[in-house]
Amino acid sequence: MYPKATRAALAAAGLSLTGAAPAFAQSLDETVNQIFAASTGWFVNFIFSPFPGTSFPWIVAWLVAAATVFTFYFLFIQFRAFGHAISLVKGDYSDPDDAGEVSHFQALATALSGTVGLGNIAGVAVAVGIGGPGATFWMILAGLMGMASKFTECTLGVKYRNEYPDGTVSGGPMYYLTKGFAERGLPGGKFLAVMFSIFCILGALGGGNMFQSNQAHQQITGIVGPYPGWITGVIFAGVVFAVIVGGLKSIAKVTEKVVPFMGVLYVLSALVIIAMNADMIGWAFGQIFAGAFTGLGVAGGMVGALIQGFKRAAFSNEAGVGSAAIAHSAVRTKEPITEGFVSLLEPFIDTVVICTMTALVIIISGQLLTDPETGLYLVGESGMIQTADGTSGVSLTSAAFASAFSWFPYVLALAVVLFAFSTMISWSYYGLKAWTYLFGEGRGQELTFKVIFCIFVVIGAAANLGPVIDFSDAAIFAMAVVNVFGLYFLMPIVKRELDSYLARLKSGEIKKFH
Amino acid sequence: MSGIFVVGFDGSEAAHRALDFAIERAAAQGGTVLIAHVLEWSPYSFLTPNELEERHKRRREELERAETALMAPVVKKVSGRGAEIESVIRYGKIADVLCEIAKSKKAAQIFIGRNGHSALGARVFGSVASALVQTAPVPCTIVP
Repeated sequence: MYPKATRAALAAAGLSLTGAAPAFAQSLDETVNQIFAASTGWFVNFIFSPFPGTSFPWIVAWLVAAATVFTFYFLFIQFRAFGHAISLVKGDYSDPDDAGEVSHFQALATALSGTVGLGNIAGVAVAVGIGGPGATFWMILAGLMGMASKFTECTLGVKYRNEYPDGTVSGGPMYYLTKGFAERGLPGGKFLAVMFSIFCILGALGGGNMFQSNQAHQQITGIVGPYPGWITGVIFAGVVFAVIVGGLKSIAKVTEKVVPFMGVLYVLSALVIIAMNADMIGWAFGQIFAGAFTGLGVAGGMVGALIQGFKRAAFSNEAGVGSAAIAHSAVRTKEPITEGFVSLLEPFIDTVVICTMTALVIIISGQLLTDPETGLYLVGESGMIQTADGTSGVSLTSAAFASAFSWFPYVLALAVVLFAFSTMISWSYYGLKAWTYLFGEGRGQELTFKVIFCIFVVIGAAANLGPVIDFSDAAIFAMAVVNVFGLYFLMPIVKRELDSYLARLKSGEIKKFH
Repeated sequence: MSGIFVVGFDGSEAAHRALDFAIERAAAQGGTVLIAHVLEWSPYSFLTPNELEERHKRRREELERAETALMAPVVKKVSGRGAEIESVIRYGKIADVLCEIAKSKKAAQIFIGRNGHSALGARVFGSVASALVQTAPVPCTIVP
């Protein structure tokens, strides 16, 4: 989700929190940091360690390799089923008698609100800021491949979910790892499921919670000036508490309506800026293609651009992490594979559309400085491309949009805060599902996790717990290690579902209703 | 002329007036009254993950409540007035669903009550009556 580089860039942009925190909290932070860093550093280093002699983290290679395997195994399902996926989302194949149940559209929208966020805004700026325009090419490629990973995990999520007598459902990797492995007669499913659940809880509290409230606070202080982070934290925690514990539907309803609106507004603004500079579109794509294979002077050349692009796609759309399988498993369908088709639109929208928009606006805005004689990008000492305003990360995106619309930074700040909130709501649910898998379903167990979650909202906003957040980022990617490992063993089951469904679709047994 | 008279019913006074009006006509002609209750629902609304999980359960509860609190009492009340009574509960946009029912049942007419929203209210929230007269596949009676 959010690599160290993103945070480093954000910190470099002068959005620091610690100055505002009370002195006692600072010393507490330091103590927590030291203990935490000492005990978990090895894990973080292990997950994010690069291949020897390169700066390419093996975890990124792991996700890209998985996406490639699934793409070939399912014979480019992301392109074959793209049109059918859109028909499913439109409701063409939905039985009118099932109206009132969760629709494909609703499952997709909810899963998307968990992945679209700061990664699409700040993360892309970091990738393009280091890897140059060429990073965009590799990011799009990785996004397209990631669609096959999502397809695989979400199909399994629906197929092996638990359905309870009261009509509620629970699904996700912990369920398909257990039941799927048992069905294939393989050992170790339960062990993988428990590992996944532990990492999922840690990831939910960190990347899906503390990092979000931290970034939301930084955005707010960027506009109204510095004030103590715990104030933001308590307000956020109060709202999150009202939604997830109090079941306050109105706030959730407002957020769930405003977040897609912000997403659309963001993409439309980007499109308007691109249209205003229509004469530069050809040049921008020229830069993207040339940069992808030569680097155009960026640190590391072509490989540097490739690493940044792959990294961004993997961190942004969470394909292979397993989180989306939890959200998608609630849909009402007789055919698990249909939810797989729908979910493959997710990396497309998140990475291929939204991330690419950000990248194009940054490239077209001319924020990245080039040498007028050679046409190559000017790289600073830190390895970052020099920018017109000296900005990076989210400030670079902000500056690029502001070059066309001066008011955009305010909209962007609001968007980041709302995206952070919706990401928190989604991850509170993912964490909760993992928690109840480990400790059993029940009101007491659920309340315990929800209260812990709200406490971490305050901690995240108030403190600058770098190592804790590093650890939870690592935990999110550890989810992918366990999940993808399991997917390799379970993919023949998906293949069987796919073949059967496509045959029935062809024979006309599966009919359109509309 | 016999046939099926579809009545859009939401338990309001206006709906009762429409129902009474339809039953009188159906009884005189020997027709059937189909009482239709529509639960407002859009497959394109946004839900939280928790709402997704509970949706199936909530739907079952909503259908049960609509049946026991609304439909069963009214069916009981109007039975024996000379017209055959049927009932149906569906999800969707009210006007669209009433039209679909009319089409699939080959109904002769649709009856609804006028709920008496102000012109402003109708403009903000949309009016079932005006949507229905625009799109109904069969004659449509709006009972004041």
